[in-house]
Amino acid sequence: MIALLTRDLRLAVRAGGGFGLGLAFFLIVTVLVPFGVGPETALLTKIAPGILWIGALLACLLSLDRILALDWEDGSLDLLATAPLPMEGIVTIKALAHWITTGLPLVLAAPALGVLLSLPTEGYLWLVVSLAVGTPALSVIGTFGAALTVGLKRGGLLMSLLVLPMYVPTLIFGAEVARRGAEGLTVQTPLLMLAGISFGALALLPFASAGVLRVNLR
Amino acid sequence: MELTVSDLTVARGGVPVLSGVNFSLQDGRALVLRGPNGAGKTTLLRTIAGLQPPLTGDIQGAGERIAYAAHADGLKAMLTVTENLSFWAQVFGTNDISSAITAFDLDKLTDRLAGTLSAGQKRRLGLARLMVTGRPVWVLDEPTVSLDAASVALFADAVRGHLKAGGAALMATHIDLGIPEADVFDVTPYRAKPGVAAQDEAFL
Repeated sequence: MIALLTRDLRLAVRAGGGFGLGLAFFLIVTVLVPFGVGPETALLTKIAPGILWIGALLACLLSLDRILALDWEDGSLDLLATAPLPMEGIVTIKALAHWITTGLPLVLAAPALGVLLSLPTEGYLWLVVSLAVGTPALSVIGTFGAALTVGLKRGGLLMSLLVLPMYVPTLIFGAEVARRGAEGLTVQTPLLMLAGISFGALALLPFASAGVLRVNLR
Repeated sequence: MELTVSDLTVARGGVPVLSGVNFSLQDGRALVLRGPNGAGKTTLLRTIAGLQPPLTGDIQGAGERIAYAAHADGLKAMLTVTENLSFWAQVFGTNDISSAITAFDLDKLTDRLAGTLSAGQKRRLGLARLMVTGRPVWVLDEPTVSLDAASVALFADAVRGHLKAGGAALMATHIDLGIPEADVFDVTPYRAKPGVAAQDEAFL
């Protein structure tokens, strides 16, 4: 399992691996928003948490189809399926590798991008916390979507259609934590809901992903 | 231990392709599957490897004993030859990759990225993967495609070494593998009658 994780991370860092792609996309989205809505600080401050969350979500979506499709194309998914690793372990490690290469950089870069959207000072901590708690759910749900569409030609678009509705609860509660944090309100309820979604997805979805992957490999 | 297949029916895309297949493969023996294109050799091998369930019938002695090699080699273009092999060694819980590298004459290529290898070299690397799995039953689909005569001889030696060490090999091919002592199993008589489409119960 650790071998699979180190292989995926190594592949992501090497040329053509797509490491930083999500981060660059996140950067572009958040830089473009002030150009689009105008430089009014008050307006930007109001929409900053939501924009940062939508940017993170889209950046995450961008790299989802690489999670399993590359291994499917070169045949290593078949070989992994016949290896001693349980399929549930394989999809969990794949989701973890996706989070480390996409979710974690977003969490770390979010404060810097908050400046561009004039996020109030109180908001930074809760923005980072909400992303740190919420992005693992994005990776795990995304891996499920990738497992559903693996092997389909042009499956990336279908996967976006399948995955985006499943991202809605994470987006609502994640952005709510960041918004309440920015306005200095209590964040406990949405944060607990967000953590619940993340833990629930982490506990249940690997089994679903492994199940659909087995069916798709037939 | 032996690999026993009894009264097996395998399907591709819900349509049975082979039915009533019976054979057994003793340790130390090699079996070559023959049959025309589309006969169902690959489907049979995928079923034995556990990638898809059989429609009917029973497979004994497979599961964790199988090392499967498909048409695709499962190599990562951006990893070197050594990194590719040691990844599979770690996955299968073994650690000796040097004998596999020597057996398939990859010594001079160890630091090359797999993406820069020729088709034949990639195939050799894909076959070397079998040796690092440490599994007793090799299930190989067209193992000698794109290999030159010298490499086919290397492959035959590797299979003989594996058989001598108590392993078994099941290979689908229509090219001569250079292993005359292998038994031959022709799948043609077992082709399923057309028109008996299987029902996929999940979509009923």
